[in-house]
Amino acid sequence: MTANSVAFSGTAQQQEELLKVINDLRDEPGCLMPIMQQAQDIYGYLPREVQTVISDELGIPLEKVYGVATFYAQFNLNPKGRNQISVCLGTACYVKGSGALFNKLKETLGIDEGECTSDGKFSLDACRCVGACGLAPVMMVNGEVYGRLTTDDLPDILKKYN
Amino acid sequence: MGDITIKINGMDVTAPEGSTILEAARLAQIDIPTLCYLKDINEIGACRMCVVEVKGARTLVASCVYPINKGMEVWTNTPRVMESRKKTLELILSNHRRECLSCVRSGECELQQLCHELGVEDEHFYQGETPDPMLDDSAAHMIRDNSKCILCRRCVAVCENCQSVGVIGPNNRGFASFIGTAFNMPLGETSCVSCGQCIAVCPTGALYEKDSTQEVFDAINDPDKYVCVQAAPSVRAALGEEFGLPIGTDVEGKMAAALRRIGFDKVFDTDFAADLTIMEEANELIERIQNKGTLPLITSCSPGWVKFCEHYYPDLIPHVSTCKSPQQMFGATLKTYYAQKMGIDPAKIVSVSVMPCTAKKFEINRPDQGAAGVPDVDIAITTRELARMIKKLGIRFNDLPNEDFDDPLGESTGAGVIFGATGGVMEAALRTAVETLTGEELKNLDFTEVRGTDGVKEASYNVAGMDVKVAVASGLKNARVLLDKIRSGEADYQFVEIMACPGGCVNGGGQPQVRGSIRNFTDIRAERAKVLYKNDSEKEFRKSHENPSIKRVYKEFFGKPGSEKAHHVLHTSYVARTIN
Repeated sequence: MTANSVAFSGTAQQQEELLKVINDLRDEPGCLMPIMQQAQDIYGYLPREVQTVISDELGIPLEKVYGVATFYAQFNLNPKGRNQISVCLGTACYVKGSGALFNKLKETLGIDEGECTSDGKFSLDACRCVGACGLAPVMMVNGEVYGRLTTDDLPDILKKYN
Repeated sequence: MGDITIKINGMDVTAPEGSTILEAARLAQIDIPTLCYLKDINEIGACRMCVVEVKGARTLVASCVYPINKGMEVWTNTPRVMESRKKTLELILSNHRRECLSCVRSGECELQQLCHELGVEDEHFYQGETPDPMLDDSAAHMIRDNSKCILCRRCVAVCENCQSVGVIGPNNRGFASFIGTAFNMPLGETSCVSCGQCIAVCPTGALYEKDSTQEVFDAINDPDKYVCVQAAPSVRAALGEEFGLPIGTDVEGKMAAALRRIGFDKVFDTDFAADLTIMEEANELIERIQNKGTLPLITSCSPGWVKFCEHYYPDLIPHVSTCKSPQQMFGATLKTYYAQKMGIDPAKIVSVSVMPCTAKKFEINRPDQGAAGVPDVDIAITTRELARMIKKLGIRFNDLPNEDFDDPLGESTGAGVIFGATGGVMEAALRTAVETLTGEELKNLDFTEVRGTDGVKEASYNVAGMDVKVAVASGLKNARVLLDKIRSGEADYQFVEIMACPGGCVNGGGQPQVRGSIRNFTDIRAERAKVLYKNDSEKEFRKSHENPSIKRVYKEFFGKPGSEKAHHVLHTSYVARTIN
């Protein structure tokens, strides 16, 4: 996953909230994770600009923040799109070809897993089993399930959200 | 704390309470293999090479972090232990890009050595997905190649724990994890200070300096070039290690002989420029004290420290001496004074330096480092690169005679020699400054308070009725202690010496790499420093201002320390940088 496929557009109010969170927690041991979690609550993701503020304020290297951000699946380096696509790569879907769906979507949207298109329209994630193995391979867009898919079905589905 | 007796392989072994199994075993002359462990720096029990069996323990334990306790019974050599270590090595090899014939670390690679010693016979047994070469050559001084990285985290630990820089660390997770920078920035764009300590501790060929040896050979083979070399004090204290000599062997004479046989037109000594640095720096100190200038004055010899200051303490730049480092003073003097004296066009001179340092590769390309309109130093190579050149040419180093440096830029005093050890620049400067301030001959030249490998040292001297407070730090984390005090106004030092590398240049990032099993039980900084202090004690002249060649260069060229000409040639400027 690369970071910051979408330009940062944080507001002054968000910045103020972030600084308050950092000041409230900075003296507690092990404060980095909770600060990062709350920062993500504020911004929806952890762009470089936000990680830099955390690094500067806590006086710890930016790499340390980035290392934690890339270690835990809970942290996103990119915002979620207005339409969130999630392709199931669980066993059943995978053997029925969801890998090909996933790759086709990456190609079509020009983004990698965890990223968001630069217009903010689509973000792409992989997930593991949505409990619809009978419909494999499955993907979801904004929670709506599409099943028994082939790559040929993808253009029409994407068109619905354009 | 008392001693504890435990059993290792059935033998009684007594070790101080608080020791690890690894340390206790060492007392019984048993080396337990390690890859990630670095005493006091990286004690994380991650690589699993050092596993041993402990009676009553369910699993094998990591001896590098497991403390001994009374009645403990340990086995370091059971089939289970040996099988586990071997399997660990095979798994490491499974995704290691093996190009051991041509790898820069071949022969000195700790992974290779362990595979050999533990009898890993089928290196393809676990052959898995092997990463492509992932070369980051964006920094001036080094190359990072993660395809040879074993994720031991020694580099991460030394960067953060010793240097408080922390620009590299583990990114991602599981099989996808790798050592990288924040947002995978090229290293050259980060606030890496170029100290090269990561290279010094890397067990494999994943980290190495940018090799400039071919450039040097090319220059030597170019009949139009006049190729002059200088070698820093610390190189002679460590170069011998590359040829199997014990740590702490002085090879000054053999080094000069080797450089001559490589084919340099002139073989000079950075120690000369160290004396020159003292002349300028002592003068700067006295001027600042007398004219109420910015104090404390902080030394500027260590380019890793200078870059650190520019990134992390830009507000303290006015404290940093404007003196160029000895490397640069040497190059500047070579291409001005010497070129003029010998009637050589400075553009035809190739100025080569041999340094214990990787940051010197960064320093040569800094702005304001070209007194003659051409770079003061054209090529900076490390001690390791010099060893490579000597080996390549088949020069039988250990059998070389002891030779002298060439005149006039080869003459030096004991004050110049000790630059390589932490506290050395301070001591050398004090020898000159005290005599200048008192106008009397200094009887005791040994300022022992500022010697030794402690990270932070402080001393106070009464000079001509005035208290001069000094402080010395080596290792940038230690430097922060002093810098924070200076920044807050809490400290009232007049003179501060800072060296980026722990122990000073003798332990620089360009020095021979020492295997963990030796490094963890030998203070290489102290052993190498002894060479310099012994060399100093045996010198005819031990004060920089008594160096006859130095006196001559001022008489014939610079006038006096701090003169306009000296400022033009021997001083430089700094820039504020950001933290990335």
